[in-house]
Amino acid sequence: MEFRILAPTGALGAGFDAEAFRRGVAARPHVIACDAGSTDSGPAALGSGTPKLSDQAVTRDLRLLLRARDELGVPLIIGSCGTSGRDIGVDRVAALVRGIAEAENLHFTMGLIYSDQPAERLEAFFDDGRIAPLPHAPDIDRELFARSHTVAMMGVEPIEEALRSGCDVILTGRASDTALFAAVPHMRGADPGLTWHMAKTIECGAACAVPPSANGLLVHLRDDHFDVTTLAEDSRLTPRSVAAHTLYENADPFRIVEPSGILDTTDATYEAVDERTVRVRGARFMPADGYTNKLEGAELVGHQTVIVGGVRDQVVIRHLPDLVPFTKKYFADKILDVFGGDVDPSDVDIDFRLYGDGAVLAAAEPEPLRPREIGVLITVTAPDQATAHAVATFVAHASSHLPIPEYDGLVSTLAYPFSPPETDRGPLYRFTLNHVVTGVTPTELFRTVTEEV
Amino acid sequence: MTTLLDFCSLVRSKNAGPFTLTFDFMCHDQAAYDTLVGTGFLNKDLFARLYGVHPADILLVNHPLALAVKVSFPRPEPQGDLHDADCYAGQQYAPLMDLPIETDHAS
Repeated sequence: MEFRILAPTGALGAGFDAEAFRRGVAARPHVIACDAGSTDSGPAALGSGTPKLSDQAVTRDLRLLLRARDELGVPLIIGSCGTSGRDIGVDRVAALVRGIAEAENLHFTMGLIYSDQPAERLEAFFDDGRIAPLPHAPDIDRELFARSHTVAMMGVEPIEEALRSGCDVILTGRASDTALFAAVPHMRGADPGLTWHMAKTIECGAACAVPPSANGLLVHLRDDHFDVTTLAEDSRLTPRSVAAHTLYENADPFRIVEPSGILDTTDATYEAVDERTVRVRGARFMPADGYTNKLEGAELVGHQTVIVGGVRDQVVIRHLPDLVPFTKKYFADKILDVFGGDVDPSDVDIDFRLYGDGAVLAAAEPEPLRPREIGVLITVTAPDQATAHAVATFVAHASSHLPIPEYDGLVSTLAYPFSPPETDRGPLYRFTLNHVVTGVTPTELFRTVTEEV
Repeated sequence: MTTLLDFCSLVRSKNAGPFTLTFDFMCHDQAAYDTLVGTGFLNKDLFARLYGVHPADILLVNHPLALAVKVSFPRPEPQGDLHDADCYAGQQYAPLMDLPIETDHAS
């Protein structure tokens, strides 16, 4: 038994070398799969439903994939459409697919698998005690679900259902990255340990190659091993580079959790076949006691206006740590005054980040930084944009004339690169969930719609 | 003075999901890996002290085939939250690079 799986790139729209992709197509893969999403861009994609990458870039990649699929007559599976995997992300990519199909005269059956979760369903799960926290999960309450936007992360099963019903092109909402690559061999009975390890290895495309790239990988999955090959001519794979990929964006490289169980790579071995191919054996898949689907949620925090400035004067730099707390009290009083008590200062977050003096590191600096210039990023976050902007205008004004004890008269304490100094950033979101739903069937949280293109 | 750069070809911090911060320490070769692990420099107390987390919340894994040490713990702020300044957690490893590493095994 041999399954050939083609992973053209780590992210749809990131781009890939068309020549390298052709080498993968020439190997006659049984499936082409590609991830289109991640939480790694932050909560804005899920909160707003806006994709990270442009329609133009996604269309460029999709055209090559759809042509190759047509030539081979095999399934094309795109996961986590629109970055967040929200329903509108699936619809957005589907519209691009229809446009390409019309222009290229391609015809196929398309399956759209949606993963948005209605608040009422989640509230019912919550009431039944069926929403369980994963490590480092934030506290949640029942009201969260109505406030936020939530997707469930599918495993292989909804994709297999679409494959069995004859879909040629499958666009999924939020899906485990590995599920896209695992679905075909899993459905056709390949060894589960090898299948999930193979999927984990190629989910980011050639990220595990030397040097890493956005290009593709090809896998030959056989009875007792899989061979993974890099397709770009100027890249290599080594046993170590492939082994190291289990580390990437993952807390534990030896226990990788899937909805149906855990991939255990403790006993996996990696050996070089040639400069571009590594043979992998030995991972095991341990089925879980019960099926779970992970939930991802994002909610609106407020609307934000930002101000960027800089300081060069050492006297001002020396006073900044004292002046910033002083200004916060001043701004609270000013908000009460300006808005006549209609805006509660505690609803407005005014934050000063001193770049060059400890803005980046989340922890405390072991040694004080002593820069000659400091960048100041001021963020004003309020329930609505108009309030954030109005507060930011007097924050920018007052911050450029901070009172410096050594100086008499009005001094300019901040260098502003922009006129006006305030920039409205729009809505701000935050992640709300790191939880699973327990006691579900593998497909009940997802809806599939099929159409002829 | 010996530092992480003497042992590692790559030191990386990343998100492992929006609520977990993870570090990869990829060594130059087998000898560097064996020596670095042998020093015991990368231990839970170091990360607890530098990043203000409880040692019980820290996962530390040696990965001999990858010649790597991996450390993970809860993110100080969830990714992209109001006061998070490092959305990809890409610079959180930096203070580790300046610390001296004691390699004298004579004692």
